[in-house]
Amino acid sequence: MNKFWIILAHTYMSKLKSKSFIITTAVTLLIILGLTNLSNVMNYFNKGESGEEIVVVDESGALFSPLKEQVEAVNEDIKLTQFTGDEEAAKTAIREGEYDGLLLVRLNSVNLPEATYHAMTIADTTIANEVKNSLQQLKTQLAATQMELSPEELAKLYEPVEFEQLALEKNAKTEEELNQARGLVYVLLFVIYFSVILYANMIAMEVATEKSSRVMEILISSVSPIKQMFAKILGIGLLSITQMAVLLGVGYASIKQNLDTMQGGFFSFFGFGDIPLATIVYAVVFFILGYFLYSTLAAFLGSLVSRIEDIQQMITPMTMLIVAGFMIAMFGLGQPETPFITISSYIPFFAPMLMFMRVGMLSLPIWEPILAIAILIVTIILLAIFGARVYRGGVLMYGRSTSFKDIKKALQLTKNK
Amino acid sequence: MVLKIENITKRFGTFTAVNNLSLTIPEREMFGFLGANGAGKTTTFRMILGLMDSSEGLITWGGKPINYSTSRYIGYLPEERGLYPKLKVKEQIVYLARLRGMEKGEAQKELENWLERFKVPEYANKKVEELSKGNQQKIQFIAAVLHKPELLILDEPFSGLDPVNVELLKEAVLDLKKNGTTIVFSSHRMEHVEEMCEHLCIMHKGAPVVHGSLRDIKKSFGKKNVVIHADFSLDFLKEFPGVIKHKKTAEGIHLQITGEEIAEKLLKEIVPYGFIRKFALEEPSLNDIFIEKVGASYE
Repeated sequence: MNKFWIILAHTYMSKLKSKSFIITTAVTLLIILGLTNLSNVMNYFNKGESGEEIVVVDESGALFSPLKEQVEAVNEDIKLTQFTGDEEAAKTAIREGEYDGLLLVRLNSVNLPEATYHAMTIADTTIANEVKNSLQQLKTQLAATQMELSPEELAKLYEPVEFEQLALEKNAKTEEELNQARGLVYVLLFVIYFSVILYANMIAMEVATEKSSRVMEILISSVSPIKQMFAKILGIGLLSITQMAVLLGVGYASIKQNLDTMQGGFFSFFGFGDIPLATIVYAVVFFILGYFLYSTLAAFLGSLVSRIEDIQQMITPMTMLIVAGFMIAMFGLGQPETPFITISSYIPFFAPMLMFMRVGMLSLPIWEPILAIAILIVTIILLAIFGARVYRGGVLMYGRSTSFKDIKKALQLTKNK
Repeated sequence: MVLKIENITKRFGTFTAVNNLSLTIPEREMFGFLGANGAGKTTTFRMILGLMDSSEGLITWGGKPINYSTSRYIGYLPEERGLYPKLKVKEQIVYLARLRGMEKGEAQKELENWLERFKVPEYANKKVEELSKGNQQKIQFIAAVLHKPELLILDEPFSGLDPVNVELLKEAVLDLKKNGTTIVFSSHRMEHVEEMCEHLCIMHKGAPVVHGSLRDIKKSFGKKNVVIHADFSLDFLKEFPGVIKHKKTAEGIHLQITGEEIAEKLLKEIVPYGFIRKFALEEPSLNDIFIEKVGASYE
């Protein structure tokens, strides 16, 4: 077997078998399963509870039944009961835990309802808000009756305005499509961001470990540093694809299974109902390119430190670049067409996230993403050539300092003259 | 195959680490490199291995340059010992041997033999970080020789070992030499080089000060040592013509003389004075030669 493949397989297998990798993957899987099963989980916990029970002291006597109807139509977990005793007795009952809240309703001087809500704590605002909303509707109805408005007139008053946005460009995305795209792009951007940071860090750590444990000198006397560097980058790349495949596979299967319970909710906002294939393909392409760009950078930065403790300091500027790219992309989600975003999306260190964001959000002519991909590939090749030279000298260098001056020193080590 | 180093110079910026070094290391011989820290030994080794390019000059092995295509035949024990701390001995030795072009099964078998030989077969499934430093060094040595290299480069192989383990490793190195391995090794212990090497080279500030076969070096050095133990005072010998250096010891005196004939005269001179318990004419030690050539104590 070729030495390149031996290193690749060794990197891949030893990482795959490592405890930290297994634990991270397992925890992430649990989180994904938890999120995709969120509604099931919530239902499970809610089963035990009987819902909220609120007692109502209605001074007017006319408000209780319409309010109860209104509240229970909105949320069947809230139960209203008329209290027979006075206010003080009701408060005592709440203190003793018999009821969750007390609502005092009365009619004010202009014959419209007003209310006071008492509960042990008012930290949970959802119950109070729902009751308040229901009361608001009741008030609107009563006021309308006072003004002698017919229900039709009332409906007319509250009808939302027709407002549709239409793009004139031929294949511009419709508003609905844009919203969907935004959610999907948002999630995928996160995935690209996290995985690039995670795996680039892993590469830098791997190189620094080999260097600080001094096994490097044996390695480079057997296999050329350049071969090693790329075998490692590919090995970890393969590892990342394995991890992604497991996570996405389980996530997808879990979403599929729970689709019924999630329809129309949070998930359709994120555009998971109907995933455009092109966006996924671009996500994969830009993830792979971003990974290669940053892992090459990480590998040669890792080769410059002598001790593992220094690695964070060394790769911080790189991490900053990734964070900056991510921030600009997040900002760009709302206004993907600004010239700033457009220009930035061609800067190689930002392109993986920004061009992906643009291509997911807008209808770009095909040459734009292709140009960005080409720029990325050229940058990766240049960085690899430069990085390999630094790496070759860097791995032999054991100094105290960890500055970027070391790059020059490392290059000098490999120079002939 | 002969290892030939021709006019090698290595500069780092303005600093010259190795200056115009030329050596020929014959096949199946043991070649010793001596020199203080910073004398250029490790840099020379790194250039031999092709880890660094030389600024000038040429290094060939059997007429061909050493590069990654020859790594199958070369073993290297670096000065800075290093193995993966978290990996098991077996895993990493087999991995490193495979990178040298060895088959997996063969590597496993050879590893068992070596562990057996060093009396530590139970280490195969231990992590390196669990082993003592001396035992880690044994493992490191195995990593360098497992693939049966034809050219073996050992950078300070015995440093940091206890005397028992030094003997164990020395024996292993001598066995390898007997089986036809060409060995280049560096040491800061003169006696190791004196004991094991036919050829040697003393480096000082990047340049070879002395180099050749051990016997020739000693012969051409000319000077000899005389050790005299006697019951009477030997102080008057300090002024004797032909005596270069003297050192009083508890039992008598150590003298350095210009040649064998002086010893004869010395003996004749002191016989009348009384009983002489010891009179010995000794070859100069490498240490003497080193001090003479470099002008400073070595250790």
